[in-house]
Amino acid sequence: MTAMEWYLPVIWAGLIGTAVAMYVILDGFDLGIAILFPFARREEERDVMMNSVAPFWDGNETWLVLGGGGLWVAFPLAYSIIMPALYLPVIGMLLALVFRGVAFEFRWIAKPRHRKWDIAFAGGSIIASFLQGVILGGLLQGVAVEDRQFAGGPFDWLTPFSIFVGLSVVTGYALLGATWLIMRTSGPVQDLGRRLAPTLLLVVMAAMVVISLWTPLAIDRVAERWFSTPNIFLLWPIPLAAVLVAYIVWRAIGQGREAVPFFGTIVLFLLGYAGLVISNVPYLVPPDLTFWDTAAAPASQIFFLMGTIFLLPLVLGYTAFVYWVFRGKIAPGEGYH
Amino acid sequence: MEFDPVTLARIQFAFTVSFHIIFPAFTIGLSAYIAVLLLMWMRTGQEKYHRLARFWTKIFAISFAMGVVSGIVLSYQFGTNWSRFSEFSGNVIGPLIGYEVLMAFYLEATFLGILLFGWNRLPPWLITLASVLVALGTATSAFWILSANSWMQTPAGHEVRDGIAYPVDWLRVIFNPSFPYRFAHMLNAAYLTTAAVVLAVGARYLLAGRHGEESRTMLRMAVGMIAVSAPLQLVIGDLHGLNTLEHQPVKVAAMEGHWSGEEPGHLVLFGLPDEEERTNHFEIAIPHLGSLILTHDWDGTYPGMADFPEDEWPPVVNVFFTFRLMVGIGLLLIATGFWGLYLWWRGRLFDNSLFLRTASYMWPLGFVAIVAGWFVTEQGRQPWLVHGLMRTVDGVSPVPGASVASTLALFVFIYGVVFTMGIFYINRLINRGPMGEAIEAAAGLPNRPMSAAEEAAREATGREPGEGPGRPLTAPKG
Repeated sequence: MTAMEWYLPVIWAGLIGTAVAMYVILDGFDLGIAILFPFARREEERDVMMNSVAPFWDGNETWLVLGGGGLWVAFPLAYSIIMPALYLPVIGMLLALVFRGVAFEFRWIAKPRHRKWDIAFAGGSIIASFLQGVILGGLLQGVAVEDRQFAGGPFDWLTPFSIFVGLSVVTGYALLGATWLIMRTSGPVQDLGRRLAPTLLLVVMAAMVVISLWTPLAIDRVAERWFSTPNIFLLWPIPLAAVLVAYIVWRAIGQGREAVPFFGTIVLFLLGYAGLVISNVPYLVPPDLTFWDTAAAPASQIFFLMGTIFLLPLVLGYTAFVYWVFRGKIAPGEGYH
Repeated sequence: MEFDPVTLARIQFAFTVSFHIIFPAFTIGLSAYIAVLLLMWMRTGQEKYHRLARFWTKIFAISFAMGVVSGIVLSYQFGTNWSRFSEFSGNVIGPLIGYEVLMAFYLEATFLGILLFGWNRLPPWLITLASVLVALGTATSAFWILSANSWMQTPAGHEVRDGIAYPVDWLRVIFNPSFPYRFAHMLNAAYLTTAAVVLAVGARYLLAGRHGEESRTMLRMAVGMIAVSAPLQLVIGDLHGLNTLEHQPVKVAAMEGHWSGEEPGHLVLFGLPDEEERTNHFEIAIPHLGSLILTHDWDGTYPGMADFPEDEWPPVVNVFFTFRLMVGIGLLLIATGFWGLYLWWRGRLFDNSLFLRTASYMWPLGFVAIVAGWFVTEQGRQPWLVHGLMRTVDGVSPVPGASVASTLALFVFIYGVVFTMGIFYINRLINRGPMGEAIEAAAGLPNRPMSAAEEAAREATGREPGEGPGRPLTAPKG
């Protein structure tokens, strides 16, 4: 293996990992406010909730396309094993996102008979979030591979573990959504976020603890990664930091701070994500296939990398610009002014 | 019951991609139209252009949402349903899809937010710029996707080692032989299709006596666009056909219903191709015209179906009929363009009720032609998935037929419901029209009607606000 053949897949794993993290955070709060839809009783409150993410959701969901498309570009073998292995949850998630996505437009035009799109918006988001967790869980627990192809059954992914991860992701997104509402709205909608966020935070922390214990107990290589020396001495700050951040978020919600809970929750997500990465690096299709095993030809990775170096900062730049344009609070009934 | 995973995977992909293409085709054209309207508004300061842009932006938003959600499905379906193909071709066409996402998808999705929601936060020139960027994004998207598709039709710039394709020359991969023709044909189809929709909507308003100023503008712009792009499409299509004859002659033979390569080709106007007997029943044909078109020689010959082994035949009947459907609609649009142009010249464009009535029903024609055209080129590629390199049967995922069948049922049901509702809502927006409440609401958030007064009026009258006292519409969309 030349140095380039070693570095390129690592760079690409980093880039796709970043895209997935961007997706989880950005679409996480979109999906989160929809998961909280059933808790808002009044139409005006739901209007505000939906409006608070309406200008962003298209762009946010694009990170999912980059995650999936990027996996195909940089790791075609991983893509061609993971997708058939997780066939049903992947398709189910995409179909749930269909309902969520069109509800953004249909709900307003359907008024006053928009209740079905309230249900589609919340239901689609809950199912999509749950299945994203199931996909994550199904991947973490490993995929049967023979002869460079998926060799398992159609329901291999369906285990207590994957279902637990699915539920955890739903509560995690709900927490992102609740803290987003605290930051971006005022009045009764903000109160809703304040009321729900502490409970959600506790549930999310409990879920993180359970997953942190479940994965090393069930998977030897994860236990090896975390609890062997010297790793354990290097890695212990990560769970500690998570506890600390959770405490900061908890206090900030209680003190009525508006931005800290949201950004604290993002940090919490990133720490959890870092934990999963540490558990699994360098495996892209656990338990056997690594970045290098599944990488595209160097020529292909370089060709796409050259463009990405210029285009990704541009994308991030105008994404930031749009968030800046639509900064500030959304007041009920008035939309953006 | 036995399920054949290959057939099911093909039906599923054909279903999802056929649904999908309708919306990008419309949004490619519509984004360009909106950008033109806003530029005209900036230039002339005439309020009608602004009103029209805001009106069409709402319809754009719905179509775009449906295009996005059905498009994301496709980006994963390569892997879920065609994993062996994904592994085989990932090195070569993966990056093209990747560039589509980075160069186009983000651009359109992000700046759409500004185009929809930015009116009260940003100066008009910035919104106009956003609309230009959205239009640029949609066209760039088409560039990369069609490049990837064209590589599957006419692969170039690659080599195959150990059953995997590797890139050798990126320029030849991207600009593979059929790409320039396919790109021009599809982009022009998108503009033509959108022009037909704009024409139909303008005609509908004129017939109902509503939105006179806007309708006349729409009609003039649409007739002008159709009169140029419809004949142009014939020229591009002809060139595309010659290119196909060079690289995929069996597809052309199927399109033409041309069986024997020894004889000059007829232009078959109608017939019933029979693969068993290798002939067309009930044929009505113009002798030698096929040869004249394809070889520019009265007695020229070109390969017929009989020149190819049967295991390389595409399904002749499907290719033959969908091709005629596409060409038929194209000719109809050319006639419409000239008819409109003639009426315009005579000064009767806005009061010839036969023309307006005909035009008001033309909105679906472009979409039908586009889907038919894709059926021609995709079925015409069969039995290959990547022409000459990988057969369709070898590209499918190791997924049991029952999984594919159950998700196919879900796709049919969900797309059926969601997209029917989408068309219904687009129709509702068109009924409200460019001056109605739809525009007023856009002052707050686009499509977002919510003032207390409107609410009260709605409950009191049980009627949609913005449905003015004007004559009720006869809605061609049903």
